[in-house]
Amino acid sequence: MSKSNEPVLWLLFSAGGMISAMVFPMLLIITGVILPFELAGEVTFERIHNAVKNPVVKLVLFFVIALPFFHWAHRFRFTLIDIGLKPISFLISLLCYGGAISGTTVTAFILWRI
Amino acid sequence: MTTYRKPVSNTWWLESKPYFFFVIREFTSLFVAGYCLFLLVFIAKAGDSQEAYTTLILSLKSPISMVLHLISFTFILYHAITWFNLTPKIMVLHLGEERIPNALITGAVYLSWGVVSLIISWLILGG
Amino acid sequence: MSESFELEIFRYCPEQDTEPFFKSYEVPFREDWVVLDAINYIKDEIDGTLSYRWSCRMGVCGSCGMMVNGEPKLTCSAFLKDYPSRKIRVEPLQGFPVERDLIFEMDDFMNKLTEVKPYLLRKEGEEKPLEEGEYLQSPAELAHYKQYTLCINCMLCYAACPIYALDSSFVGPAAIALAQRYNLDSRDQGRNQRQEVIASHKGIWECTFVGECSVVCPKDVDPAAAIQRAKVSSTLDWFKEMMIPRSKGK
Repeated sequence: MSKSNEPVLWLLFSAGGMISAMVFPMLLIITGVILPFELAGEVTFERIHNAVKNPVVKLVLFFVIALPFFHWAHRFRFTLIDIGLKPISFLISLLCYGGAISGTTVTAFILWRI
Repeated sequence: MTTYRKPVSNTWWLESKPYFFFVIREFTSLFVAGYCLFLLVFIAKAGDSQEAYTTLILSLKSPISMVLHLISFTFILYHAITWFNLTPKIMVLHLGEERIPNALITGAVYLSWGVVSLIISWLILGG
Repeated sequence: MSESFELEIFRYCPEQDTEPFFKSYEVPFREDWVVLDAINYIKDEIDGTLSYRWSCRMGVCGSCGMMVNGEPKLTCSAFLKDYPSRKIRVEPLQGFPVERDLIFEMDDFMNKLTEVKPYLLRKEGEEKPLEEGEYLQSPAELAHYKQYTLCINCMLCYAACPIYALDSSFVGPAAIALAQRYNLDSRDQGRNQRQEVIASHKGIWECTFVGECSVVCPKDVDPAAAIQRAKVSSTLDWFKEMMIPRSKGK
């Protein structure tokens, strides 16, 4: 059918884009400056450790990381096509979405194991 | 009749400012993916032992970490700002005959961003 | 003030040349002149062989679109005084095959306009017979699509779109905005019929929201927004069709 199945990929792209836009800047400040230089007083290992082991937190973290992977995949795919790689667009789709799926799998694996 | 087609080069995006910034905007996705990978490392260490976590935090003080964080922050901030500014184009709302002004929607999105950021820092760093 | 302007104009005469070239003309400067006035001056006083399209000279017919110093503009709305360098390069609108000088082939665009079925479509059996009068529409319902009715088919948006320049099979901003003009019209029930074109790989999904189409639009139609909104509604459709396979929406 000529109607495309792109909607799902676009939805993942949008969700990942919104999440990374809303959440990543603050996280970058936290991991880049606040935590290493202890600008918020002492944030104990126990606090972080218990937080990431919490199942609800794990679920949230899963989406916060997996969806931005798909955001990257969709956006990067189109960017590569637009700067001249259209002839290998199928390969690009494979690598991009394959990468996102791998990233999601690794995310799930890590969260499951800790 | 022979028509003429001007060839389009692969460096079309270097030919004008709007095109250039568009491609920059699209490339921010690389840094989004990169930070995802970093977050995975962080979470793995945080779920591991005190030593592993502390080693990671110490390494975050290194010049390399700071430079990477700074560059990523710049690009991801650019992603966030362009994303929020485009929201009113996607979310078109009408109240009767009147269209809700774009500025209001953009304002609401930025406000949410502020609130979410505060919640995140409160959750992670404590009150 | 006797400043003069230099207009460097793209020339292509297929009976004589195999390659296009640029020809420079000196035109006088007038405070109230637009680029179209300068081009008309050239045609009248200097070089009658110059070919180009124009009509209303007031920004409503959409005929005079050209690249002015690399930007898609209506030459009737581009004032000479806004180019302090006093040198203006005029080329045919980007992304289209050039027939001669500043005249390009519009066939692809015209085909796309027809492809999106730009007329009110009603569902089987829901046509109102003439005796029952008009389809009524409130001002609020009109407000939903009015913006998309303002398109003058000038094709500046196609010239601004890098996606269309790379791949002319992309349905494009104006055609999709036109489809949305009908999709959002409360009297219309044909959205699903248009989806075959709009929601195809060559439709909205080719668009990467560069946004330049809306920037150059002389009528503030905002085709970029029309396309993104179509992405949202097409995605909702897609899920509706997944949940309820027989439901086809509007």
